Amino acid sequence: MGVLDEVREVAEQVADPELPVLTLADLGVLRDVAVRDGRVVVTITPTYSGCPAVEEMRADLRARLAEAGHHDVEVRTVLHPAWTTDWITDRGRRRLAEYGIAPPSRIGPRAAGPVPLNLTPPSRRVPCPRCGSPRTEELSHFGSTACKALRRCADCREPFEHLKEI
Amino acid sequence: MSFDNAYESLLEGDQDAHWAFGTGFHESLAGVDRALPSTVDTAELAAYCLMLGDDALILSQRLAQWCSRAPELEEDVALANIALDLLGQARLLLARAGEAEGRGRDEDALAYLRDEGEFRNVHLVEADCGDDFAATIAQLLVFSTYRLALFTRLAGSADPVVAAIAAKGVKELAYHRDHAAQWVLRLGDGTDYSRERMLAGLARVWPFVEELFAPHRIELGLAEAGVAVDPAELRSEVDGVLDTVLSAAGLTRPEARPLATVAGRAGRDGVHTEAMGYLLAEMQHIARSLPGAVW
Repeated sequence: MGVLDEVREVAEQVADPELPVLTLADLGVLRDVAVRDGRVVVTITPTYSGCPAVEEMRADLRARLAEAGHHDVEVRTVLHPAWTTDWITDRGRRRLAEYGIAPPSRIGPRAAGPVPLNLTPPSRRVPCPRCGSPRTEELSHFGSTACKALRRCADCREPFEHLKEI
Repeated sequence: MSFDNAYESLLEGDQDAHWAFGTGFHESLAGVDRALPSTVDTAELAAYCLMLGDDALILSQRLAQWCSRAPELEEDVALANIALDLLGQARLLLARAGEAEGRGRDEDALAYLRDEGEFRNVHLVEADCGDDFAATIAQLLVFSTYRLALFTRLAGSADPVVAAIAAKGVKELAYHRDHAAQWVLRLGDGTDYSRERMLAGLARVWPFVEELFAPHRIELGLAEAGVAVDPAELRSEVDGVLDTVLSAAGLTRPEARPLATVAGRAGRDGVHTEAMGYLLAEMQHIARSLPGAVW
């Protein structure tokens, strides 16, 4: 295995600090891994402007790569293009559902022009990650972290978190 | 692996290494490609980034004042989340301002060590709504509607950092605006009492609306260079959205005279209302009393 494959594998396995069931690769924040003149260059993108986990991601990437023997590491941040939940991998979506967090649906690229106003919460079909029932409702668009909404299931009556589409 | 353990690994092994808030924050633009465009006056770019950054920082501080005091738990969490998004936008923009200015001031120095006259935010965001939730919702509706219209356009800015911050901010501002609009609808179209409170809340912030569209010299200069947007261009879109929300809620625009300027000078020139000094005192006093403190 080449050095690049090796460092890529290490970087891809680093867990997200706030959603440790996902790796940075599952979450789609890991944008690029390269080796240039012996230096490992990892590029990440923040999920939300105020996401406090970005610093932790940098530190974790450095720590895991150092454990694998790579000490010359640069972690770059790119802001553009902005992260979207559409970048969460299929494996990431399965892992979220397995752990009781409803994964986001796919939203596609934003249309040009003014952003449409929603006077009622958009009705998305978010199946309950516990019992699979489609009868769920949003309790609050805001949850324990910037990326999650709070919902409940009308059938099993359990509340659950939903990684909301952005 | 069991269903209940989505966060189990947060507690395994070295706790500090897994805890997102256990380490200090560094500069928010670290690792971002941020060469300054050669065609732009960097002092003007710095001033413009301060305008955009200060708007977000000061409203973030206002919204954070609801922490633990909102009318219901979900709303407490919502306002704190919105405040966090705005704080994130502010950090990126203040870091960009410091860089363009080239005087060695980072985002913290700009947030904590400037005096009132150096802040360039509009009056709307410094308005103290106290414990009047409807007024806070009115403030958030007007601000997020204005900023969303602005950021949609700034996503094409000639400054790549401003463009990237704006493109990302659009996604966040869209749900801030939806949240405020849905509350205006609920309160305006609710009981007689909630309607009265919503109307009073709108009347409280409406004197600050005019200032949002009054172009500043810096905005006009940079708009010509393709970096900024002339705020007067936003008016029809913002009016349209506000009218849609108000009419859906069965409300009409309050009659309000715009707040007077001081010989044409207002927030963008560092001329602020009385509320600003109190806000800064609370926001800055620890950083100023204990310079360089970390925790």
